[in-house]
Amino acid sequence: MNSILLLALIPLVPLLAVPAILVTAQRPNLREAASLLTGLLLFGLVATLLGQVDLQAPPTLVLAEPLPGLSLALSPEPLGMLFALVASFLWPVTTLYAIGYMRAHHEDNQTRFYVAFAASIAATMGIALSANMLTLFVFYELLTLATYPLVTHAGDAAARRGGRVYLGLLLSTSIAFLLLAMVWTWQLTGTLTFTAGGVFSESVDPTILSVLLVLYVFGTGKAAMMPFHRWLPAAMVAPTPVSALLHAVAVVKAGVFTVLKVVIYLFGIDRIEQLAVADWLAALAALTILLASLVAMTSDNLKARLAYSTVSQLGYITLGAMLGVAAGVVGGGMHIVMHAFGKITLFFCAGAIMVAAHKTRVSELDGLGRRMPLTMLAFLIGSLSIVGLPPFGGTWSKWLLVQGTLDTGMWLLTATLLISSLLNIMYLVVIPVRGFFAKPASDAEGLQEAPIASLLAIGVAVLGCIVLFFSPDPIYQLMNGVFR
Amino acid sequence: MSLVDHLPVLVVIIPLMAGPLCVLVERPLAAWGLALAAAWLSFAAAVALAAQVNGTGVISYELGGWAPPWGIEYRIDTLGSYVLLIVTGIAALVMVAAKESVASEVPEAKVARFYAALMLAFAGLVGIVATGDAFNVFVFLEISSLASYALISMGRDRRALTSAFDYLVMGTIGATFILIGIGFLYMMTGTLNMQDLAARLPEVWDTRTVRAGFAFLTVGIGLKLAMFPLHLWLPNAYTYAPSVVTAFLAATATKVAVYVLLRFMLDIFGIDFALGRMPFEYILLPVGVIGILSASLVAIYQVEVKRLLAYSSIAQIGYMLLGIGLASTTGVTGAILHLFNHALMKGALFLALAAIAYRLRSTSLQDLTGLGRRMPWTMFAIVIGGLSLIGVPATVGFVSKWYLVLAALEQGLWPVALLILLGSLLAVVYVWKLVEAAYLTEPRDDVAVQEAPLSMLIPLWVLVIANVYFGVNTEVSVGLARQAAAVLTGGAG
Repeated sequence: MNSILLLALIPLVPLLAVPAILVTAQRPNLREAASLLTGLLLFGLVATLLGQVDLQAPPTLVLAEPLPGLSLALSPEPLGMLFALVASFLWPVTTLYAIGYMRAHHEDNQTRFYVAFAASIAATMGIALSANMLTLFVFYELLTLATYPLVTHAGDAAARRGGRVYLGLLLSTSIAFLLLAMVWTWQLTGTLTFTAGGVFSESVDPTILSVLLVLYVFGTGKAAMMPFHRWLPAAMVAPTPVSALLHAVAVVKAGVFTVLKVVIYLFGIDRIEQLAVADWLAALAALTILLASLVAMTSDNLKARLAYSTVSQLGYITLGAMLGVAAGVVGGGMHIVMHAFGKITLFFCAGAIMVAAHKTRVSELDGLGRRMPLTMLAFLIGSLSIVGLPPFGGTWSKWLLVQGTLDTGMWLLTATLLISSLLNIMYLVVIPVRGFFAKPASDAEGLQEAPIASLLAIGVAVLGCIVLFFSPDPIYQLMNGVFR
Repeated sequence: MSLVDHLPVLVVIIPLMAGPLCVLVERPLAAWGLALAAAWLSFAAAVALAAQVNGTGVISYELGGWAPPWGIEYRIDTLGSYVLLIVTGIAALVMVAAKESVASEVPEAKVARFYAALMLAFAGLVGIVATGDAFNVFVFLEISSLASYALISMGRDRRALTSAFDYLVMGTIGATFILIGIGFLYMMTGTLNMQDLAARLPEVWDTRTVRAGFAFLTVGIGLKLAMFPLHLWLPNAYTYAPSVVTAFLAATATKVAVYVLLRFMLDIFGIDFALGRMPFEYILLPVGVIGILSASLVAIYQVEVKRLLAYSSIAQIGYMLLGIGLASTTGVTGAILHLFNHALMKGALFLALAAIAYRLRSTSLQDLTGLGRRMPWTMFAIVIGGLSLIGVPATVGFVSKWYLVLAALEQGLWPVALLILLGSLLAVVYVWKLVEAAYLTEPRDDVAVQEAPLSMLIPLWVLVIANVYFGVNTEVSVGLARQAAAVLTGGAG
């Protein structure tokens, strides 16, 4: 198939699922089959595109030209392909999981749920393939809006509150900072196209560049840098499949992806290395990592703990981007993938526990391993991968990030990463350990696992964590492509 | 001369004649039919004119065959044809929706006179734009204003009467100021033709009379366009007028006032005088910024949706003034673009409110509860219109914000750029109040409400789609705005 056609189809296919879902609204089996099939089709398309396109001389598809000289355009590049690949692979997996979860949980408005889900994926694909900052911004905002109905799915007072924080923080940071930074960049350089090595000429004042970098990083609220991280825990009012795919993979990764794109293709990492403000931002990322870990330790609500763990893990990627060295950026890019598989496993498990055992608090999970051995085992593997222990995927990205901090000689950052790993053990790994070895609070009632569809999805995610340890090379090579 | 040569005057004459005819036919349905036909014919004429201007340049039409500057000249340039398109297009769409809405809000005996007044208001607005004569502007302004006072007073609520009276007082002061200003200019130059005025004014720039005339005109036009702090008449007038009138006026009347401001300040006085010799930008920038922020803040606390949107309109006018005050081609482009874009947004939003008022007989925030399920199409239109108001990408609002922020940054005024964006954030708050009320609360059980009739939904959705279409494909809107701005600012950067 023609690459241009593929580029057009990738954001379009999830959108095509919308009418299919609406038509089959009355027949849940067909509706979910439609979702699942589109997911598989989408992954197939992304994989095909990756297989046939020459990423060093990528084709560009111009969708429209809303402003003179500024177009909405799609163009594949290594980092974007990586992101698209992860999101499109995990979408059908999450759909599989959602089928079990949503039915067992007797959720209302399931059709709206699947429609908004498909729209969110379409926006994510747009972000991944965007050829310039304007396109990225457009899809970034659409993603915020498309996920809003998912966050407020329950429709009660708590959902309304969560939705307000979610939308308020994401929209206001992006409008006040990101848009400003973007218009400013356009005014300075006359281009917003992602260009290898950056777009700013040597003559641009470093002070202005520093201000711009700060605006870009804080403007990308989805990267959840403190103090603009509050939306992520607030989003946990959403049903668990949403938290799993969108708030562990698509939305948050869209944030750090944007930061990486800006660093690599608007500033160029050499420029980043020269800017003193990047060091400060790296320090702030380190602070985010530690503080979020501490908050996670004190959260008894399982999903809130996972959310803060995500905030902390996103800090890794922002930190990697701000180092201004190749290892940091490559490590950051790989961490998008590794963390995605690890964290989605954890969320899947949290949802499974909620559905099967009706427990949402960490303190209630003692001894649950006897009732839900498979789920707890998966939880263990997911947490170990996030900690960065072999034989799980998280090892490699953490390795590269540590190497990046060593390359810059900022040993405090190295220390932060290592301390954070220890903290991870204390607040994540402890859960399955107590699940297996602590004495249950109530009498165990025998085996009571999650719905089979959900278990299948968990299995796929766990398998991903393991496979990524043994063959990280394709991803590493792909990520390295950004510097070729 | 063929009919085509008379287009500049036909666009005005058609609605002007339709007015009295509406009274004569008396039957509501016939009056509506006449008004509808007149609005669409006028729109067709405006489209033809725009094509003609685009092809052959400025059109000059001598009324009664008297050559200017002695006779009255009708003059249509790029800016004029652009505003004509907006006004007639909105009028044509609003007329489609008017039938049901007016039937439910205006007593049957008054309907024919209602359409007559609406046609006169429309003719006045079109006339202001078409004419090339300063005194003619005043005449048409009075025609449209007097008709608007009558229209507003026909609102269902008795408070419509006092708000029409307030508007009458403020509007008359404004019109008088404009008249005095024009009088001063006539005194110094002996001409009323706009081109002639523009040519003769530089000789007498440094006289106190011309400066006083400039001041009178600024304040007079400021009153008409509800420039902060001269906006006090607007919220009540928009809230209590019949829904269709609000939709029509919100999308056209203030736009025409902005047009008059542009025409007088940048065209007749010229940018060198207005911004060089008079401290125009030091008035417009602060007034614009304060208007944006204060009106948006007030909008947040409104419980009546029409009033909320009325305050939002005042804020949007602030954006246009700001764009003019930035005094660059980009800034004026942003202002003219926002004039077009805001007409699309507010036209859509107020038409949606008309649909809600038609079904619920109320547009207060608490009555919107759960309406997302009861009137899905209408509410979704409000969501898209609201997103456009915020300036979310892929809507027209984004394009105008882009130009305004860019213009501010070009001048190195980054605090202004930040304030423009802050205005967007305030818009998020008041728009989201509507969304939460409509989608995140349970529907009230006591009223059975269904979707609005198709005759209202179709014009509404035409506007909504235009909001998205012109947000993605800006060839026409930006192209024309840029062309007009380049002429007004003398091509200066």
